[in-house]
Amino acid sequence: MVKGVGFNSWRRVGPVLPSIKLYNSRDVDELILVDISASIEDNKPDHDSVSDFAKECSVPFTVGGGITNTEQIISLLHAGADKIAINTAAYKNPDLIDAAAKLFGAQCVVVSIDAKRLTDGKFTCFSHSATVDTSKSPAEWAREIASRGAGEILLTSIDRDGTMLGYDLELIEHVSNAVDIPVIASGGAGSYAHMVDAVKHAGASAVAAASIFHFTEQTPAGAKKAMQAAGIPVRRDFLNIVNV
Amino acid sequence: MKVAIINYGVGNLASVARAFEDIGANVFVANHPSALHDANRIVLPGVGSFAESMECLVSAGWSDALDEVVVEQGKPLLGICLGMQMLASFGLEGGETKGLGYIPGTVKRLDEIGCKFRIPHVGWNDISYLKAGPLFDGIQNFSDFYFVHSFAFVSENKDHVIATTSYDCKLTAVVQKGNIFGCQFHPEKSSKAGRQLLRNFLNYAPC
Repeated sequence: MVKGVGFNSWRRVGPVLPSIKLYNSRDVDELILVDISASIEDNKPDHDSVSDFAKECSVPFTVGGGITNTEQIISLLHAGADKIAINTAAYKNPDLIDAAAKLFGAQCVVVSIDAKRLTDGKFTCFSHSATVDTSKSPAEWAREIASRGAGEILLTSIDRDGTMLGYDLELIEHVSNAVDIPVIASGGAGSYAHMVDAVKHAGASAVAAASIFHFTEQTPAGAKKAMQAAGIPVRRDFLNIVNV
Repeated sequence: MKVAIINYGVGNLASVARAFEDIGANVFVANHPSALHDANRIVLPGVGSFAESMECLVSAGWSDALDEVVVEQGKPLLGICLGMQMLASFGLEGGETKGLGYIPGTVKRLDEIGCKFRIPHVGWNDISYLKAGPLFDGIQNFSDFYFVHSFAFVSENKDHVIATTSYDCKLTAVVQKGNIFGCQFHPEKSSKAGRQLLRNFLNYAPC
């Protein structure tokens, strides 16, 4: 497992499985696992590992990275993924979105958008793990993704990713205003307040975070308390049952 | 006590099976309708399209087997998500399709029943009990479960709706008619609350 800053300078965080067990025990709402080198190295998704990881997950588990066709999706779902995320392949072959949504249902199809700010203040989408500029506007691409049947959009700010300086609220607003499907904000969370802002002020339906939980003392439970205090409905802890 | 999970070609069976294994159940995947005769509990999972899934259920003989084993013999059945929706009389996704008809009602798109929020309804949401039920033992009212759906079950008889959830409007979360149960959310993806619900389904003893 690695963490970078701006999709660069990756540092190792540790093996994946213990992290999955940890976050599952901390009762995060969902887990997303992306193989970030897959599209650059032309790797296929590793469904054996997915199987091991899915066994430890009692909350929804989304898997992405290098998915280019529906056979791989079938294999990942059988291995235990609940949803799959596609990114690079969707630019080259947008019909994959329609095909996946039709075969597996929209609820299973997350399309990831990685976006950067341009010098003129506009945004552009990047593919191949933030190495190739697609020249597409995130809002325009999001509209196409939604019309092709995707269930959710995972929107990551390349500039803010790993910085813990806050989500890119303008980017989030730009995309969430363009579509009627849920948008998950990602990239930049460094405090609970950042998460509150993304939902309350920028229209995100959900927030995703990594560095804040890998590298600071802040916790998913703390985040949810803060969001609840700010008036955002969140899942509370299940109190009544002794663990068997 | 054997739990059969119906494999009719759609849906992610693995997480449903694993959830039952986690709570110590003797679970197996039923690949042929005759296997239902071996089961004490039956689970109907479901993901995707109502019409296509009903087509699979009917053409492979599952609906006939369920009529016999669940309706006539009274074995408890739990429908999950689309599996719950297929318990209805009709589904209105892309035209009108007949459902199993076990619990009278129609399945409609969320925006057709007045919901103006983003579709699909995806994420955790709390459920509100309308009446006590064996599925709710040990689960506090307003507990959260994981939902992901674009259609909802509109019951003809309000007595069959035993829990709702709120997403702009009230949506059916759990239905029950005798030994037949359905939940719109995914108990296998709902962490501890979900596991407890599955445990309750196993422990349910019809009189």
